[in-house]
Amino acid sequence: MAEITLKSLAHTYLPNPASPEDYAIREMDHVWHQGGAYALLGPSGCGKSTLLNIISGLLEPSSGDVLFDGERVNALPPEERNIAQVFQFPVIYDTMTVYDNLAFPLRNVKTPADKVHERVMEVAEVLELTAQLKRKAKNLTADEKQKVSMGRGLVREDVSAILFDEPLTVIDPQLKWKLRRKLKEIHQRFEITMVYVTHDQLEASTFADKIAVMYEGQVVQFGTPRELFEAPNHTFVGYFIGSPGMNFLEVAIRDGRVMAGKTMLEVGKGVHDAVAGARSTNIKLGIRPEFIEVHIEPVDGAMEATVQHSQDLGTYSIVYLTLGGISLKARIEEDQPTPEGRAWLRFPDDRLGLYVDEYRVEFDHE
Amino acid sequence: MSLILENIDHVVGGASHISDVNLQLEPGSFNVLLGRTLSGKTTLMRLMAGLDVPTRGRILMDGEDVTGRSVRKRNVSMVYQQFINYPALSVYDNIASPLKLAKVSRAEIDRRVREVAEMLHIEHLLDRLPLELSGGQQQRTAMGRALVKDADVVLFDEPLVNLDYKLREEFRDELRSVFSERNCIAVYATTEPAEAMALGGNTAVLHEGRLLQYGRTEDVYHRPGDILTAEMFSEPPINIVKGIISGSEVTFDQSLHFPINDDLRSLAPGEYRFGVRASHISLKPQAKDDIEVKMTVDLAEISGSETFLHVHNDLFHMTLHLEGVHEFDVDAPVTLYFPTHKVYAFDRQGAVVHIPTHLGGA
Repeated sequence: MAEITLKSLAHTYLPNPASPEDYAIREMDHVWHQGGAYALLGPSGCGKSTLLNIISGLLEPSSGDVLFDGERVNALPPEERNIAQVFQFPVIYDTMTVYDNLAFPLRNVKTPADKVHERVMEVAEVLELTAQLKRKAKNLTADEKQKVSMGRGLVREDVSAILFDEPLTVIDPQLKWKLRRKLKEIHQRFEITMVYVTHDQLEASTFADKIAVMYEGQVVQFGTPRELFEAPNHTFVGYFIGSPGMNFLEVAIRDGRVMAGKTMLEVGKGVHDAVAGARSTNIKLGIRPEFIEVHIEPVDGAMEATVQHSQDLGTYSIVYLTLGGISLKARIEEDQPTPEGRAWLRFPDDRLGLYVDEYRVEFDHE
Repeated sequence: MSLILENIDHVVGGASHISDVNLQLEPGSFNVLLGRTLSGKTTLMRLMAGLDVPTRGRILMDGEDVTGRSVRKRNVSMVYQQFINYPALSVYDNIASPLKLAKVSRAEIDRRVREVAEMLHIEHLLDRLPLELSGGQQQRTAMGRALVKDADVVLFDEPLVNLDYKLREEFRDELRSVFSERNCIAVYATTEPAEAMALGGNTAVLHEGRLLQYGRTEDVYHRPGDILTAEMFSEPPINIVKGIISGSEVTFDQSLHFPINDDLRSLAPGEYRFGVRASHISLKPQAKDDIEVKMTVDLAEISGSETFLHVHNDLFHMTLHLEGVHEFDVDAPVTLYFPTHKVYAFDRQGAVVHIPTHLGGA
């Protein structure tokens, strides 16, 4: 069991890094608390695999420290870190029985046979593998194999943390949710620090209590699934979380009004004052498609937009709009009228996010 | 150019892969083949392409029988799940390759390669080799090769499976706009109902080698002809419960009673299976005739902006599709509201006998 601390950690694959872009991991501080269920989420190339390899010990960081319960482990090889890993493809011995596969990590460290038996039975019960214990691993289905893989990680009591690297990729879509539930049960039962690495928002948000979103070698937000959705801390999080992602409008103050290009936006005084007070030329307002109010006729304080087209997604529709040349997407519920030709939009102030130099800035909604 | 499949059977080594498929695809149409793994999507595409010859039936292109004609003599192109490019050729030469084979002039090749590259946003990568590119860019290159030769039929076999969901979102939007300007027939295979909805056009639902239903995508979704189509074309799955209509009452699973409403009154007394979309069950009452049901949470799956809530009680397991992020602990109690006026009904053979009134009824 361990708390994992990353202290002024940075990593580059280049011998002479010159600019921040040369770093796969830009300098960061981060703590994974003992017993937490965490996800590391980001697109390919964001640095999440590099970070995973640094935590597991496959890679030594160029600078900074990795601490397990306060103790520096930078130079410790993976086998001395007591970290279990579960990969995309199940890592098991095909010719062994399920029982022997689960027992292997314990026998490897000369655990007494009665203790081995006790742990194997306990882990098999949680994973619902008891009935398969005598079967050869090669005869299992893909999801059973992946459960054995997880079991091999869980069986040792001295494991500090379990790292999951896209573990459900090879699982049938209809079975995925059952394994997701199993993972949550395991976490509650064993209270082990778990870090789940994925590029999939559903995997991350379903598993984790807190998600670290990585972008260009940095953690741009560390928050709950709800925080990532309702208050993305960075424009990338707004774009990456949610389908479709957040709408962004570049804004500036002209003649005392908030303008997006040539379009005057109907927003409250609080939004105006916040935009006026921002010391940057890179100012954006963000609003999620779910939170744009779409009316089929003019209403007070609404802006007229052109409807490009709308798409019925079954349970709701997405309307593609342009507001003074800016493209926007809005979500319309099934029982709401779908606009044609023109629509009138309102941006509720409390649903607008202000982004200065791509990061969210809080302000008073008046 | 129209494409007609007539009474197609395909048997491989004694096993039936396609049975009695009839399908007519119109010029300029975008068509989705929706079905689970091994439902026959790839087999059907291979027959359309001329890579395989059906055991029985005819394939007509523009009225002409092409059943036995090989892929080389048909004007078709295909994009696969794996990013297939010539590794030693630049992106430019990869895209140009079908035109070079067809002995198109160099000036014309150059014009068309650049046009397609621009459409797919890879015009700045033309000098690169495929392996120097990201997965999304490699797949764009493969698509460029399929689109450059002006094929009559363009086939996509789960082309986005190996890309992350943000790239998929962007690709889908682009694909539809690319094909809206073309007169060819596009056929796109996917296992994901949400992808079929996002692509729009027409959808053919396949199951175990049989065609269940073909029509405008939103019609097939909202108005499935039978229970299997409703199940195949829903993600999360439509909730199905057994029930009985007896005079003035409806009973679900022998325990949940409610008075019959105008929606279901036209149905004769008897046994039915009822279907309720995951998105139509709610955590708050939506109408006065909603039924309140107490359940236990199995899992809240959160997709970023939506939540799939799996719940159960002694009688059934259900899935709810909720807007927004709803965090629930495993095994937490939850009360949900079941909409009695948004119910599909299927007879004992599985044929639809009632469609919710707000979707046009039936």
